[in-house]
Amino acid sequence: MVQDLSTLKETASQTAGPYVHIGLTPNFCGIGGVYEGDLGASMVNDKTLGQRITVTGRVIDGAGMPLRDALLEIWQADAAGLYNSPSELRGTADANFTGWGRSPTSDEDGVFTFETVKPGRVPFRDGRLMAPHISFWIVARGINIGLHTRMYFPDEAAANAEDPLLARIEHRHRAETLVAAGQAPNYVFDIHLQGEKETVFLDI
Amino acid sequence: MPDNQNGGRHGKPETGAFFARDRAWHPPAFAPGYKTSVLRSPQKALLSLDGTISEITGPVFGHSMLGDLDNDLIHNFASPGKSAIGERIIVHGRVLDERGRPVQGVLVEFWQANAGGRYRHKKESYLAPLDPNFGGCGRTITDEEGRYWFRTVRPGAYPWPNGVNDWRPAHIHFSVFGHGFAQRLITQMYFEGDPMIWKCPIVGTIPDRRAIEQLIAALDWGNTVPMDARAYRFDIVLRGRRSTFFENRPEGN
Ligand SMILES: [Fe+2]
Repeated sequence: MVQDLSTLKETASQTAGPYVHIGLTPNFCGIGGVYEGDLGASMVNDKTLGQRITVTGRVIDGAGMPLRDALLEIWQADAAGLYNSPSELRGTADANFTGWGRSPTSDEDGVFTFETVKPGRVPFRDGRLMAPHISFWIVARGINIGLHTRMYFPDEAAANAEDPLLARIEHRHRAETLVAAGQAPNYVFDIHLQGEKETVFLDI
Repeated sequence: MPDNQNGGRHGKPETGAFFARDRAWHPPAFAPGYKTSVLRSPQKALLSLDGTISEITGPVFGHSMLGDLDNDLIHNFASPGKSAIGERIIVHGRVLDERGRPVQGVLVEFWQANAGGRYRHKKESYLAPLDPNFGGCGRTITDEEGRYWFRTVRPGAYPWPNGVNDWRPAHIHFSVFGHGFAQRLITQMYFEGDPMIWKCPIVGTIPDRRAIEQLIAALDWGNTVPMDARAYRFDIVLRGRRSTFFENRPEGN
C-alpha cells in the first residue's frame, strides 16, 4: 500500500439533449420573462476596443446536415491579447469585452452567430506566441461530451505557420479545418463532426 | 480566505493546467445504443495537448446578474400567486474539483421537463400537457464553499424516439462552469431509487457503473423541509488543476 491521493473523479458528461436551448438560451426558444436576456448573446459594447468581426457557421453531421439543436460557446482574448479572467495574470483585459459568447444554432438553417472583436495573440506554455484564435465548445443532442476546438484566421498565414497547436497536427491538410473562411470582418467557420472534412477536435 | 480554486490559500488565482480528462470514465462520442450519436460523433482521434492560457482561463459571472427567482423553478415562470404543479423538491450540493476543493463563484444552470415529463419547447410532441406555471429553467452561482441550491418540482419520466419503447428516467440537466474554459461540463442528475436509470440508453453511454452512480442524487432526509419539500443532494466534480510548482519561473532564473 501507498499513501492515498484521495482525488475525486470528474462527474461524467451526459448529452445536452434536444432541449439545451431551454436551459441556456430560454428567450431564444420562447421562454420569456425568466431571465432578462440570454447570457452570452452580447460580447461587445460601444466602447469595446479592437476590430469588430462577425463569426458565423454551422455544425454539420456525418450526413452533411447542419445541426439545428446545437449550442456553441466561444472564449477568446481581447484585442490586446488578454483574457477577461481572474487567472489572467499578465494584465487587465478590456472591461468592455466579455471574451465569452454563447449562440444557439438557428431552427431554420442551423447557423450560429457571434459578434465579437478579433483577438490578439497570446503565449503558448513555452512563451512562443500562438496565432490569434477563438476557442469553441459545442454541445447538442447526440454529442455525449462537449467538443472543444479552435478557430484560426485565414488572413494570418504567417502567424498560423508558426502556431504551436497547429504545428502539432500530423496530417497537414487537417490543420485547414481550424482556419475560418471569409475575410475581415466576416468570417465563416463550419464545423464538421465527421467525414473527409472532419474538424480537428481537442483533448485539452 | 477560503481554500478554493479561484483564490487559493495565498489569495492568488490558480494558473495550473487541468488534469487530463479520463476519457474512459466519460461516455465515448460514438455510442450506437444512443442512435443520434452515430452521425454526430467525431471519428478521428482528438488532438491531445496540455492546456494553454486559452483553456486555463474562463469567464466569471457576478451574483448581480441573478434575479430573485432564478433558482426557484416553482415560481420563476408562474403567474403571480401561482406555482408549478408537481412534487416539490430542493436540489442542492457542492461543486468541487478533483482535488476535493470547492469551486466557488461559478455559474450552474439547470433545465428539465415538468412533472408530467413534458418540455416547454416547440419541437416537443409528447402528449403530456404543459403546465402554464412551469418554464423549466433556472440558474445560480456557487457560494464561497462551492454550494448551490434551487427549488423545483420533480420532473416526470418521458418517452423518446430511439428504440421502439425507450423512456428517459426522471432527470435534471446541468450546465456547469469552472474557472477555466476546459472545465466546462454538461451532465444530467438522476434520482435515488429510480429503476428506469438502468434501462436508459443515454445513461448507458457511460461505460463505468461507478460513473453512473455518481450522477444519482441521494434523497437527503436531513435537509428535507417538513410539510414543504424533500431534498436531494447532488455534488458535481470538475477537473482539478495542477499545482504550478516550477511553472511561474522561466527556466534558469
Ligand atoms: Fe431531458
